[in-house]
Amino acid sequence: MSGDALEIVATGPLATVQDLGRPGLAAIGVGASGAADRSALRLANRLVGNPEGAAAVEATLGGLAVRALRPLTVAVTGAPAPLSTGAARSVIQLAEGERLELGTPPAGLRSYLAVRGGLTVPEVLGSRSRDLLAALGPPPLAPGDVLPAGPAPAAFPCVDLAPVRTAFGGEPELRVALGPRDDWFTPEAVRRLLAEPWTVGAASDRVGMRLEGPALERAVGGELPSEGMVPGALQVPPGGRPVLFLADHPVTGGYPVVACVLRADLDLAAQARPGQTLRFRVARG
Amino acid sequence: MRFLPCADQGLLVDTGSLDEALALYRALEESPPTGVEDLVPAARTVLLRLAPGADPARVEQAVRGLEPGEARTGTGELVRIPVVYDGEDLPGVAELTGLPVREVVRLHISPIWTVAFGGFAPGFGYLTGGPPELTVPRRAESRTRVPAGAVGLAGEYSGVYPRPSPGGWQLIGRTELELWREDRTPPALLRPGVRVRFEEAGQP
Repeated sequence: MSGDALEIVATGPLATVQDLGRPGLAAIGVGASGAADRSALRLANRLVGNPEGAAAVEATLGGLAVRALRPLTVAVTGAPAPLSTGAARSVIQLAEGERLELGTPPAGLRSYLAVRGGLTVPEVLGSRSRDLLAALGPPPLAPGDVLPAGPAPAAFPCVDLAPVRTAFGGEPELRVALGPRDDWFTPEAVRRLLAEPWTVGAASDRVGMRLEGPALERAVGGELPSEGMVPGALQVPPGGRPVLFLADHPVTGGYPVVACVLRADLDLAAQARPGQTLRFRVARG
Repeated sequence: MRFLPCADQGLLVDTGSLDEALALYRALEESPPTGVEDLVPAARTVLLRLAPGADPARVEQAVRGLEPGEARTGTGELVRIPVVYDGEDLPGVAELTGLPVREVVRLHISPIWTVAFGGFAPGFGYLTGGPPELTVPRRAESRTRVPAGAVGLAGEYSGVYPRPSPGGWQLIGRTELELWREDRTPPALLRPGVRVRFEEAGQP
């Protein structure tokens, strides 16, 4: 069965549709976007038997409530929001008319709600992801929105419950590689980046995480001609406090990047919430 | 060329000049090395975004093996952009350059510009190849909203805002040509390598 599947009853602070994004369009100024915590999206999809890149709802700090418009198979992963029915990282059956509510997760930031069949809102440039910076893709969800889902895929859910992936909360340590522009900073600035705890700022979003800590001092003055950016880049604006770029980061930037978070640690970064502290260390080898 | 890794996610190639960056981008676009997921040309650099598991050393080797051609002997598609030259900053640009307004317009429509790179917003292209006389600084204060179709100058570049957005460029005119449409293939008229001729709207 396909067609209207899910009614949005409440969204919490921010809920968007996300898949694995639209890579390959950077030259025309379009970033990759997609789920901020990709492994959580993939897991949610695997649980309901979807292809890993099917579109799902990314909820920020819980508060999401949905109503099934027909019998649905769903799963919730990522930040461990308490659920009104069923358990996190498990296959949940919703009857027609049944509601599912996500409370505020005690730790972590972003939870993913996948629906068997995948959400089939219209694609924009090959993806159903909302890019908040470029304003591309389906608008952020609002109460009353009705989301369609596709037909059930051939694959059946093959596990009932997935093991816990990560401990959320605490003081995560993110592995980085220095550069590409670490030579624009004093050795003391690089030392402090790696030695000090950094607090996630309140103004953080899917574009980037603002970090509060000591100002990183530049060794080189002047302006950097704009250059391409990767997710995980720690870009340092004139104030000296780095911004850690996440899924909707600008394609190019004009401030030097002192270090980049390894791909494998980006999902962990995307789950750090405002007020939490984190640390960086240089990856070995 | 300097090769600057961005962890395991990218390889930033610093060519040192705009011409060389554009030439390298064109060569990479023609024969993209295995493991490269996306290319981001910019003012002095080309960023190669790597696919998961790609080996940066191998990608670097592949880039070193390329022989980029000439940057500005572009034979890319030519896009004609009709412009009404009534921008709010046109008198200011005339003052900054010491040229009469008519001469600013004449210099803007005379060359064939080339899209060097994008990145500011979907569909925005930094146009190069303009006359040096039109080099002007950005506005001291950015506007919070520049309308779609506004034609501007900043530094050595010209550009057209594809969608309404904040912006600090000196606005000299406007076009009704739709530079960006999500439902068109390709969605952006101005892509790196495309050549542009501005034409004064309403003039024969």
